Amino acid sequence: MQPRSWQKKLLTLPPLTYLLIFFAVPTVIMLFASFRYTGEYGGLAPWYSYDGGTLAFDLTLENWQRLFETDIYLRLFFKSILYALLTTVLCILLGYPLALMIARSPRRHRDLLLLLVILPFWSNFLVRIYAWMIIFSPSGALTHMINSLLDVFGMAPISLMYSATAVIVCLVYVHLPFMVLPLYANLEKHDVALLDAAQDLGASRWRRFWSITWPLSLPGVYAGSILVFIPVLGMFAIPDLLGGTDGIMIANVIKQQFVESRDWPFGSVLSMVLTVAAVLAVLLGAKFGQQAGR
Amino acid sequence: MLEIKEVSRYFDSFTALDRVSLDIAAGEFFTLLGPSGCGKTTLLRLIAGFDQPDGGDILLDGKSIIAVPPERRPLHTIFQNYALFPHMTVADNIAFPLRMVGCSKEEIEHRVAEALDDVSLPDKGKHYPDALSGGQKQRIAIARALVNRPRLLLLDEPLSALDAKLREQMQLELIKLQSEIGITFVYVTHDQGEALALSHRIAVMNRGTIAQIDEPSRLYGFPNSRFVADFIGHCNLLAGKVEQVLDNRVVVALEGLGQVQVILPTDASIEAGMACTLTLRPEKIRISSNLTQDEGEAHFKGVVHDMLYLGDVTVYKVELANGMLLEALLANSTSGRARFFEVADQVEVAWGFDAGHLVMD
Repeated sequence: MQPRSWQKKLLTLPPLTYLLIFFAVPTVIMLFASFRYTGEYGGLAPWYSYDGGTLAFDLTLENWQRLFETDIYLRLFFKSILYALLTTVLCILLGYPLALMIARSPRRHRDLLLLLVILPFWSNFLVRIYAWMIIFSPSGALTHMINSLLDVFGMAPISLMYSATAVIVCLVYVHLPFMVLPLYANLEKHDVALLDAAQDLGASRWRRFWSITWPLSLPGVYAGSILVFIPVLGMFAIPDLLGGTDGIMIANVIKQQFVESRDWPFGSVLSMVLTVAAVLAVLLGAKFGQQAGR
Repeated sequence: MLEIKEVSRYFDSFTALDRVSLDIAAGEFFTLLGPSGCGKTTLLRLIAGFDQPDGGDILLDGKSIIAVPPERRPLHTIFQNYALFPHMTVADNIAFPLRMVGCSKEEIEHRVAEALDDVSLPDKGKHYPDALSGGQKQRIAIARALVNRPRLLLLDEPLSALDAKLREQMQLELIKLQSEIGITFVYVTHDQGEALALSHRIAVMNRGTIAQIDEPSRLYGFPNSRFVADFIGHCNLLAGKVEQVLDNRVVVALEGLGQVQVILPTDASIEAGMACTLTLRPEKIRISSNLTQDEGEAHFKGVVHDMLYLGDVTVYKVELANGMLLEALLANSTSGRARFFEVADQVEVAWGFDAGHLVMD
């Protein structure tokens, strides 16, 4: 039996309700908060006052003006986008060969290999970051090894901990599975006859990859890129723990506004900008993905 | 032009090809025919280069091509599901082999337009393969494979995905195309009707070996084994024993039926006492309620067991004295009349001494 149209609509009701309550409404509240004043003890001041029969709205554009007063916030946004892009590109470079290898391996090995890819999810996110802190620590084996090598060439020792490098390495590590899984899902569906046909028609291994496999995998690349780019853009735990002052990202400032400075309105302004950036990224990715997937 | 010499291929303990030898002439439409698992597709993949033989050699114009990778062999393959690149337009698909050899832009444009004309789809260049029908995809696949004039075209069951009407039309087009461009075709199919209709010569394959190579009409008329007789067309197989070898005839005792005369086959040495099978095509059998026996004719009584009305002909299965069912055809030349006999009718069947072909077991 064909589902009737009201039945289809009924089915979309739960997710729609969920998104409305937990995404749309908070976003509107946040947008509204960005136009309000800070309360005396942090939080938000009342947005209207009723004084002797006249109603006054206590709303302001000050918070938004503050965003443009110095270039520090915009530069931080720019830097965060740069980090997110760099992480995405590195995830593609590392994840693509891995996904391709899994997709081309014998069917009976694939499940095991995929399991290994998602294995890190079985331990807590913070625990894994602390593990990286140990690896990067000045007394750690890795730092020792690098510094003794640098010493041989007469160069000054470096510190990995609390650096942009440490942040990027950890961001890539944490988000790599989000790139590998959609890529694998795409690559696994490729028709091997197309590669045979391309080879038959004179394409070398390299040409076969760039003219067949790569263009057909672009929807997977875009899907993976969105899944990596957006969470990285809003990431604060990793730069908090590994970044020091050097590797700080925009989400750290947002967290600071809400938790330490208790300046909710300005925190809301920054959040709104971040949300808009993320939505733009999704739309761009979806557009390219659709074009490539036709 | 293409020589296959003693080629073998084993998969673990399974013998896919057992010392197969073939010689295909330039300009020939050659078909590899056989049931699934007979090794025909394996042989095609070896010729294309996707697989390596475990023994033997494959020569193209006298030179071994075993060590040449598929992308450098001067031959192309038409795949079963066409394998058109879904992310490229039809024109880009056809241009693909030209780009691989670095043709100039103008030449590519010119030759793609020409190729589209050749397959009568001149205005489909900007379409994507998704937007084409099965027959159109087939033609584009052919245009793509022929655009840079290969020495040889391999076709792997290319018509199997099409419906019967379209298949017949494509068969005619393939014959025309092949004779026009004169490129050697090696065609793989399990459909004996298709093989008979298309080919100059057919190699019937069975269990990794070649059972018989011949022209279609000779394969049909003079099969060299029970397998070939049974596989090509419909055939009655009557087991018997050679009684006596005459000048140009053989007297055969058919099991449970009696003696019949058969024309002496030229392709086998025959002595009295040998076990043999008489292969008899249904259309060579006369069937009537009342027959006069001519000289040298086999003549038996039987009962109509069942029948199959096919429109142009009706197939009668006649039960003979030994219990075997003999298939005979009668053309339905009278409109509106589906049958000449009813089930359980007493009938007589007869065939001339030159109607059947004798194969040794």
